[in-house]
Amino acid sequence: MTRSRLISLLGSYGVVLALLLLILFGWARYDNFLGFFNITSVLRYNSMFALVALGMCFVIMTGGIDLSVGSTAALGSVVAALASSHGAWIGLGAGVGAGLCVGLVNAMLVTRLRIMPFVATLAMMLAASGTALLFAENQSVSVSYESGFTSIGQDNFLGFPIPAWIAIAAYVVGWVVLNYTSTGRGILAVGGNEDATRLMGLPADRIKCLVYLASGGLAGLAGVILASQFGAGQPIEGVGWELFAIAAVVVGGTLLTGGMGSVGATLAGVLLLGILFNVLNFENGKGWISLSAYWQSVIRGLFLLVVVILQAKLSRSTLVAREH
Amino acid sequence: MNDDILLSMTGIDKRFAGIPALSGASFAVGRGEVHALIGQNGAGKSTLIKVLTGYYRRDAGDVAFDGKPFEVFSPQLAQASGISTIYQEINLVPYRSITENICLGREARHYGLLDWKRMHKEAETLLRRFNVRVDVDRPLMEFNTATQQMVAIARAIGFSAKLVVMDEPTSSLDDREVTVLFDVIRQLKQEGVSVVFVSHKLDELYEVCDRVTIMRDGRTVKTAAMTEIDKIGLVSSMLGRTINRAEGHATAFSDRDEKKIGKVLLSAQNLSINRTVQDVSFDVRSGEIAGFAGLLGAGRTETARLVFGIDRPRAGIMHYDGQQFDPRSPADAIAAGMGFCTEDRKSEGIVPEMSVAENMMLALMPKVSKSGVIDEKAQRKIVERFIRQLDIKCSGPDQKVRELSGGNQQKVLLGRWLAMNPTLLILDEPTRGIDVGAKGEIQSLIKSLADRGLAVLMISSELEEVIEGADRVFVLREGITVAEFDRNQATEDVLMSAMAHGNAPRIVEAAS
Repeated sequence: MTRSRLISLLGSYGVVLALLLLILFGWARYDNFLGFFNITSVLRYNSMFALVALGMCFVIMTGGIDLSVGSTAALGSVVAALASSHGAWIGLGAGVGAGLCVGLVNAMLVTRLRIMPFVATLAMMLAASGTALLFAENQSVSVSYESGFTSIGQDNFLGFPIPAWIAIAAYVVGWVVLNYTSTGRGILAVGGNEDATRLMGLPADRIKCLVYLASGGLAGLAGVILASQFGAGQPIEGVGWELFAIAAVVVGGTLLTGGMGSVGATLAGVLLLGILFNVLNFENGKGWISLSAYWQSVIRGLFLLVVVILQAKLSRSTLVAREH
Repeated sequence: MNDDILLSMTGIDKRFAGIPALSGASFAVGRGEVHALIGQNGAGKSTLIKVLTGYYRRDAGDVAFDGKPFEVFSPQLAQASGISTIYQEINLVPYRSITENICLGREARHYGLLDWKRMHKEAETLLRRFNVRVDVDRPLMEFNTATQQMVAIARAIGFSAKLVVMDEPTSSLDDREVTVLFDVIRQLKQEGVSVVFVSHKLDELYEVCDRVTIMRDGRTVKTAAMTEIDKIGLVSSMLGRTINRAEGHATAFSDRDEKKIGKVLLSAQNLSINRTVQDVSFDVRSGEIAGFAGLLGAGRTETARLVFGIDRPRAGIMHYDGQQFDPRSPADAIAAGMGFCTEDRKSEGIVPEMSVAENMMLALMPKVSKSGVIDEKAQRKIVERFIRQLDIKCSGPDQKVRELSGGNQQKVLLGRWLAMNPTLLILDEPTRGIDVGAKGEIQSLIKSLADRGLAVLMISSELEEVIEGADRVFVLREGITVAEFDRNQATEDVLMSAMAHGNAPRIVEAAS
């Protein structure tokens, strides 16, 4: 293996390496860090973010962005909670459907009206948030406990939280779509050079529609889990989720300009940021220091910067190494 | 030749914002024929190709392909009908692997999922036809331009096309790679595939093409078998000139007073950068208009870029005002006293939303500023002087340049450079896209500037402009200065002969 190849591997798998180091650190420092309870609760909570980040990852790979995912999740949770009395599946379908609707509007704005994704999804972020508040009449909406809707977020399957199963399934599907379907390759091609993709005869607009739909649907699904886990639709939740998702995608090495990205590294990015939060909680629990939630945000931000700077350095040296 | 017609386009019209790019153009290609399509810049070749491939929708005209009317309005469908295109700018996705770039849009599948193994193998097999052996799993951007070009060609051929359109495929290939490409073209021809070949290198056309269609000003002016037309014939059809045309004054460059020409200001010996500029030598004297003639792609603009420090030559020496001159940036060239009006006013010159005064002052800003604050009064004075001197038709210094005509925009640009008091002005196609009346005005302006001692290096594709305007003409062909003519020697015949063959005698040796 040449040096340049090694560096390029480090660049691609740096986030996985950082994740492993962090887990190692937690395991060595805290009792019960790798205990069943901690693992399942970390996974249960972060599966929502994982779903949102997966959709974001696909949108970013086309060179776009979806700022509406947070409020879409909030809308999804409210709609799912309202529909949950008709049955768990109907609640699930309604939440995902609400997300798909937002995604559809985003897709039309971006591909038909040619509005910049940043602006289009920013507008939809406000619109979806307002709709959620309207439906919920400005308060959280209790879900129906008789229909079994709450088991989606709270129960286990084969000893593992159901939300984690859902996220794993979504990532497997996402990985297959990206690597083994023409649509997946088309997504990366559109992000790499949209003009060329059109000239090559690929349906660039259809591909872009698909990613916004997927992002909306996944955000809706995250909303369903949110409502189910907390027993209520939360119209004011989801604030800042889009930023968490973007951060996870970027930490995973996906280029913000599009054209390059990885589903697996995005999952690693979500876990890295989620577990960092978990580690900070454990540190607080030790009683030596007491970090407020604000300080935790600062630390997460700094950590994100360090990872991104390291990655930029690595990929630059990869390019230099390749030129020789 | 094969009489069986594969493609016929007749009466094609295409307008952009009301301006015709194609008017009544026609084009026909036989089965298994290699057909050259040539013409000057702006003749409509690229537009015609994009109409054919469905990238543009034609305004009028008929297209028949493979015996059926062709009503295809997307590149996707054109590809599906058997027309593959290699565009001039390499249109691929740099981050993605070579395999993906070749196979995107017709992926091999296995149980509905992509069959990477088969796709890699397919890509390798296709590239082997071009003697290219590379790791097809690596991103395209890691490879050089020639390989990328080969990938584009492999992609087009891989689509089992009936017609392959190649828009200047050789511009980024070296001689060996060109030979390989020609072998592939001959191979395609044998397999019954037709090729449309766009190139500015006349020798190449004779090597592989059966017939040639020549375009000018959006029209088809001639179609002939390559064996029936010589290079002079090609050049004169492209330029729209007939040999031995009666001489008369077609431009506003009235007789120049040659006594005012001074000593050599800029001289360049054996400049080279790559294939575009291989060996260019010339000199310009104070008060002289030196002309660069040549076909598109002869290296004229590229040479000007070297002189102005935009690109750096790999070899060759320049002297400016008696001193060795090695500009590292346009700022160096400007400091030495040069100005450069580029060919593409819109993208490289004017700022359309800014006013006449602001546009004119852009380059001069540092000189009319007092500790960073622009001296409005001084600026006003200079601008008003040039509006008067150049006779710029505008409502005043504050009118937006966007609202001016092409000729007046060009004058604003001239004013920008003249405000710097240059000693040498490089003009790249100074009258392109300017209406006839304004053309004359610009031309007489250039003349009067030279009369006042300014050295002018003028690049022009209009033969009469070079012949009547320039005191001396240098002819470039494929990156080499092949001839130099004095004013009284430069006629359309000798210029076209030099542009076509490159073997005209070098009548006057460089004076320095």
